[in-house]
Amino acid sequence: MSEGILDTEHSKAIKNLLFRMADDELILGHRNSEWTGLGPILEEDIAFSSMAQDKLGHAQALYNILNSMGEKDADTLAFTRNEKNFYCCHFVEYPIRDYDFSLMRHFLFDTSEAIRFDMLTKSSLEPLANLAKKVRGELKYHTMHANIWINQLGKATDESNIRMQAALNECYPLALGIFEKSDYENILIEAGVFDGEELLQKVWTDIVSEILEKANLKIPVINESGLSTLSFGGRKGYHTEYLQPLLDEMTEVYSIDPSAEW
Amino acid sequence: MEAIAYITEEEILSMLQEVKDPEIPRVSVVELGMITGIKIDKDNRVEIKMTPTFAGCPAVDILKTEIKNKILELPVVDVEVKVDFDVQWSSDMITEEGRKHLKEAGFALPQHLHNEFVTIDLLTNVECPFCGSKKTRLRNPFGPTLCRAIHYCDACSQAFEQFKPV
Repeated sequence: MSEGILDTEHSKAIKNLLFRMADDELILGHRNSEWTGLGPILEEDIAFSSMAQDKLGHAQALYNILNSMGEKDADTLAFTRNEKNFYCCHFVEYPIRDYDFSLMRHFLFDTSEAIRFDMLTKSSLEPLANLAKKVRGELKYHTMHANIWINQLGKATDESNIRMQAALNECYPLALGIFEKSDYENILIEAGVFDGEELLQKVWTDIVSEILEKANLKIPVINESGLSTLSFGGRKGYHTEYLQPLLDEMTEVYSIDPSAEW
Repeated sequence: MEAIAYITEEEILSMLQEVKDPEIPRVSVVELGMITGIKIDKDNRVEIKMTPTFAGCPAVDILKTEIKNKILELPVVDVEVKVDFDVQWSSDMITEEGRKHLKEAGFALPQHLHNEFVTIDLLTNVECPFCGSKKTRLRNPFGPTLCRAIHYCDACSQAFEQFKPV
C-alpha cells in the first residue's frame, strides 16, 4: 500500500518537473516569436524566429511525455490552462522590451536550458533522457548565438556596453527564478530523474560568470531579501501581470473554435 | 490454406523512398535517416518509427500522413506511424545517396560530427556548393527552416544554404 502512495508522489514529482520545463519553453518560445518581423537586423529576426520554433518543439515534446503519463494532449495542455495552472518562472513572462533585454534573457535562460537538458541525458526517466540527448545538440546553436552577441555587444562601444550592463542588472535577479525549487525536489533527486535546481544553478553561475567577465560585464550584487515576489512564485502558480494577457492572446483562436485547423 | 502475400521490409523502404521532405523534395525520409524502425507482423500490420530532424520540425505531421498513405498502397492491413526520440536524429544519419541529392539541390553538406557537438570552427569552414571555394562566410546559423544555415561565398558572390550539422 505504501508503495502505491510512493508511486503517486513519484509521478506527481515527474509531472511537476515536466510542466515547469514545458511551460518555460512555451512561454519564452511565444515571447521570442514576437520578434518575427521586428528584429533589429534580418539575421536576428530569423534567429529569434528559429529559436522560438525550437522552443515550441521542445514544449510539445515535453507535453507529449506528460500525455503518455495520462495528462491531456499537447494542444489541450498548452491552450486550455489558466495562469494558476502554469508553472513557468517569472523571467520568461516579461514582454520582449528592447533588444538588449531580449538578448540578455536569451543568454541567461538558454544557458540554463542547455545545462538542464545536459543533466537530463542521464535521467532515469527514459523518454526524457532520450529527448534530452536530442535537444542538447540543437541548443548548441542557441548558446553559440547568445555567447557571440554577449561578447560582441559587451565590448563593442561604450553605449553597447552600458546597455548590456543595464539589461544584465535587470535580468540577473529575474533569472534566479529559473532555479526556484518545487516541493518535489528531493523525490526527483532520489529517484535519479533530475539532479536538482541547486546543482543546475551552481554550474550555470560558473558558466555565465566566465562569459560575462570576458565581455566586460559585471554580475550585479543581489539583495536576496528583495527578490521574493519579483523572481519567485512561478513554479507554484503565482505569476506576473504579464502572463494571463499573453495566454489570452495565444489562445484567442483556440478559444473561439477548439477544432479549428491553421 | 493459400498464403497471403507477405510484405517485406525492402518493399516498405522502397515505398518510403517516394516520401520526400516537403521543403527539399529532392531527398526522401529514408535518405535523411528519419526512419528508425519498421515492424511487420504476421497479419501484414505495419509499424513505422520515425524521428524528426529537429524536435520542432513543423513537417512531422505532414510526413506522418504521407508515410501512412504511401504504405497503404501496399496490401497491408493497417499502418501505424510512431514519432519518438528513442533514436536521436543526427545529420550523420543522412545516407550517402541523401548527401548526393542534397548537394544536387544546391545545399552545402553537413560535416560529419561523430557524436561530437557543432562548433563555430566547423560552421565557419564550409565549402561553397556552387563553385567549391572555401572562401565563404557564415551569415546566420539560423535559416529559412530549422535545419538550414545561411552562408555567403566571397569567390562567386553567391549566398547559399547549408544543411546544418547537428
